[in-house]
Amino acid sequence: MSLDLNIFFEASPDPGVTYAGMLLSGLAWTVALALLAWVLALIVGTAVGVARTLPFKWLVMLGNAYVEVFRNIPLLVQLFLWYFVLPEILPAAIGNWIKSFDAPWGPFFTALVGLGLFTSARIAEQVRAGINSLAKGQRNAGLAVGMTLGQTYRYVLLPMAARRIIPPLTSEFMTIFKNSSVALTIGVIELTAQAQQMNEFTFRTYEALGAATVIYIIVALTVNQLMALIERKSYIPGLIKQER
Amino acid sequence: MMNLDYSVLLRALPYLGEGLLFSLQITLVAMAGGIVFGTLLALARLSRYKKLATVAAGYVNLMRSIPLILAIFWIFFLIPEIVAWLIGADHPVQIGTTRTAFIAFTLFEAAYFCEVIRAGILAVPRGQEGAGQALGFTYAQNMRYVVLPQAFRAMIPVLLTQTIILFQDTSLLYVISATDFLGAASKVAQRDGRLVEFYTFAALVYFAICFTLSKVVKRYQARLNKNVAHA
Repeated sequence: MSLDLNIFFEASPDPGVTYAGMLLSGLAWTVALALLAWVLALIVGTAVGVARTLPFKWLVMLGNAYVEVFRNIPLLVQLFLWYFVLPEILPAAIGNWIKSFDAPWGPFFTALVGLGLFTSARIAEQVRAGINSLAKGQRNAGLAVGMTLGQTYRYVLLPMAARRIIPPLTSEFMTIFKNSSVALTIGVIELTAQAQQMNEFTFRTYEALGAATVIYIIVALTVNQLMALIERKSYIPGLIKQER
Repeated sequence: MMNLDYSVLLRALPYLGEGLLFSLQITLVAMAGGIVFGTLLALARLSRYKKLATVAAGYVNLMRSIPLILAIFWIFFLIPEIVAWLIGADHPVQIGTTRTAFIAFTLFEAAYFCEVIRAGILAVPRGQEGAGQALGFTYAQNMRYVVLPQAFRAMIPVLLTQTIILFQDTSLLYVISATDFLGAASKVAQRDGRLVEFYTFAALVYFAICFTLSKVVKRYQARLNKNVAHA
């Protein structure tokens, strides 16, 4: 095997785009999808995770059911449900409106929702565990000084839990970039899809898959550094260690 | 709303059953192979031999930083090349989708099992290994009789959870048109033009299996915790 790096600067079947350009466009879709889905997952995941720690039984059960549903169906099947099944079972007007989004936006928005909600269930699990790992006195202390339940969460529990779950969240954040590749099955031309296309056009498999592999490694390292930075910046001396 | 026809499901059940069987086979083989290979990787990562540890860590980190779909593309391309190289053929030798799928999942999941097992080994108190050495155990005997049995006992719930994820991951074989459970459902769904029925059914089956297994794991974990608390 001999690597031919010049292949990346040759023109792809896409007019005016080199193979390097193709891969970079794939990377852009991967990053856009992963980041937006991450935002959705954080919002929904935090809400569901908090709901599962509240003193309302029906809310806890609802939150538990949400997590079980999204965790026990493979991501790929969930994407198919959003993409192929949902528009058909909704009333025709809404279904047709959903289907009216052409590629690349239709598949992209579907993947965004699918990947975001899939990840939100995993984040909800971390958030719940993080809140439950805090000493019970924290919650009682907040309530005892006259804070409402909402204030206790806002000012006492969530700031502490958030710092504590940074390591597992780092791993979820890295996973969402990898999981975004599943979106290729519904037609999002992200990094893995572009690498596979380049492979089919050029038969330079080592170069095509190799480039994608290197890019994913760089993404993983970047995410890791970013989260380590956040962990350092948000660290409150003494507070967390003393709690354990 | 469209008309739903669930009788198409009934007719396709035998075919779907074969697909499910294939998914389960891959899960079991990759679990067994992944745990064996993952244990070796974990021992290598914890080894005193720096080079061995570096190579093992490189493999694990590489596998864990790329998407499974990309790994599947890699392995389906590389296996025929490697087989050709092994038997001295001058062009790639195909060994079939099924066998390649077994190998792909074993190699990929081993990296994830390795990290679980490594954590399990590190959780065994250091004194245990020292005690084994003091009794005159060799490294292999120490691992075989002292460290690994304790590590595995505590790890079983995590290993099973990882296996449930592995089972869900087998659906990704769809990308190489394999006839796993989802692949089978997708093929009949497209043939009959019944995507809604088949994908909904597939989701329900995956949910039923994974939900039940995760409940079993949870119950087992609770029992394990209780035993530890009593000990």
